[in-house]
Amino acid sequence: MKVNGVSYSAPVDARRLLSDHLRHDLGLTGTHVGCEHGVCGCCTVLLDGAPVRSCLMLAVQAEGHDVTTIEGLAQEGAPLHPVQQAFHECHGLQCGFCTPGFVMSVVGLLQQHPDPTPEQVDEGIAGNLCRCTGYASIRRSVHRAAELSKK
Amino acid sequence: MKPPPFAYHAPTTVEEVCALLASLSDAKVLAGGQSLIPLLNFRLARPAHLVDINRVAGLDRIYEREEGIAVEALARQSAVEDSDVAMRVCPLLVDAVRLVAHRVIRNRGTVCGSLAHADPASELPAVLLALDGHVVVRSARGERTIPAGALFSGVMETSIAPDELLVEAWFPASPAPSAIVEESRRHGDFALAGAVRAADRLALFGVAPTPVLADPKDPTKGLQPSGDLEATPEFRLHLIRVLTERAFAA
Repeated sequence: MKVNGVSYSAPVDARRLLSDHLRHDLGLTGTHVGCEHGVCGCCTVLLDGAPVRSCLMLAVQAEGHDVTTIEGLAQEGAPLHPVQQAFHECHGLQCGFCTPGFVMSVVGLLQQHPDPTPEQVDEGIAGNLCRCTGYASIRRSVHRAAELSKK
Repeated sequence: MKPPPFAYHAPTTVEEVCALLASLSDAKVLAGGQSLIPLLNFRLARPAHLVDINRVAGLDRIYEREEGIAVEALARQSAVEDSDVAMRVCPLLVDAVRLVAHRVIRNRGTVCGSLAHADPASELPAVLLALDGHVVVRSARGERTIPAGALFSGVMETSIAPDELLVEAWFPASPAPSAIVEESRRHGDFALAGAVRAADRLALFGVAPTPVLADPKDPTKGLQPSGDLEATPEFRLHLIRVLTERAFAA
């Protein structure tokens, strides 16, 4: 499988979740693990460009596919990805635990709706839980990300 | 919260899937995994074998068939949501899919998987029942069609045999007016109760071990829903009366 453009071999153990493979085998700890049953959204990554829950996939299932994690959105030293920049500007995070999942979900949301309505924003982030912000600043971040993505 | 050990199989053709299901005991089919993997993570399911059908090519079509829409085993819910032909032929199905969890889950979850999983609180089994659709299952013994009325046999139980693979679901074109309405605590959660209307037919979900057909004039007749932390049986009956009224007001 390719992760952030680099080829890796799949794990030997079939029951290894993609989320654990990314974190423990590849050291990509930007993908966070919260509930491990698909509710919190922290572990969201892109599979062939579309956001999915990495805790609800076996790592062996990613063989032959492209996975993008939060580490793959912007190179070190390069400008942030528009969604990351927007979360930074609008204070769309506090403790940061949920943030990688939100950012990956929003990347997918903006692919689907480049100019989202407030309803589409709410729908798009409804699958991610944040216990700090109360979501108001995250909503603002999504709208800002849509602006930045067009530039 | 890690899956228990299992033997993993990754066949690439439907014939290979059927041969595996015929020869293995205690095997589960893995499609989108959005219900099965949580069950594994919680250790509520401990199958000896997982037969992953995701590498079977050409099993993800969504196409028009006999005045209805056919959805193959690997068609993701998000693909149905975005499908022009599904929207034209069966807008009720598209409306229902949009109520299933969240887009990120629907990017992976399949329509056929929801039907085979047969969660009593899920939308798609009730839609299949309201429209009087069917599923096509295949095994090494051959192929057969199971009408919606004979598919759901209990909580997460269907009449699909252990050696059979659900290859396609067929939803008849939705008549006008059609509607799906539900009530849940939070957006994307399992419904506390829901109602699907297809012209004069009414199917209910979340209030019995399987989706059930009901009389629109007396929708709660004979219902004995269970109670839990989220809703008492009485509240579920109340919801059914209100949701039926809303579905038929359209």
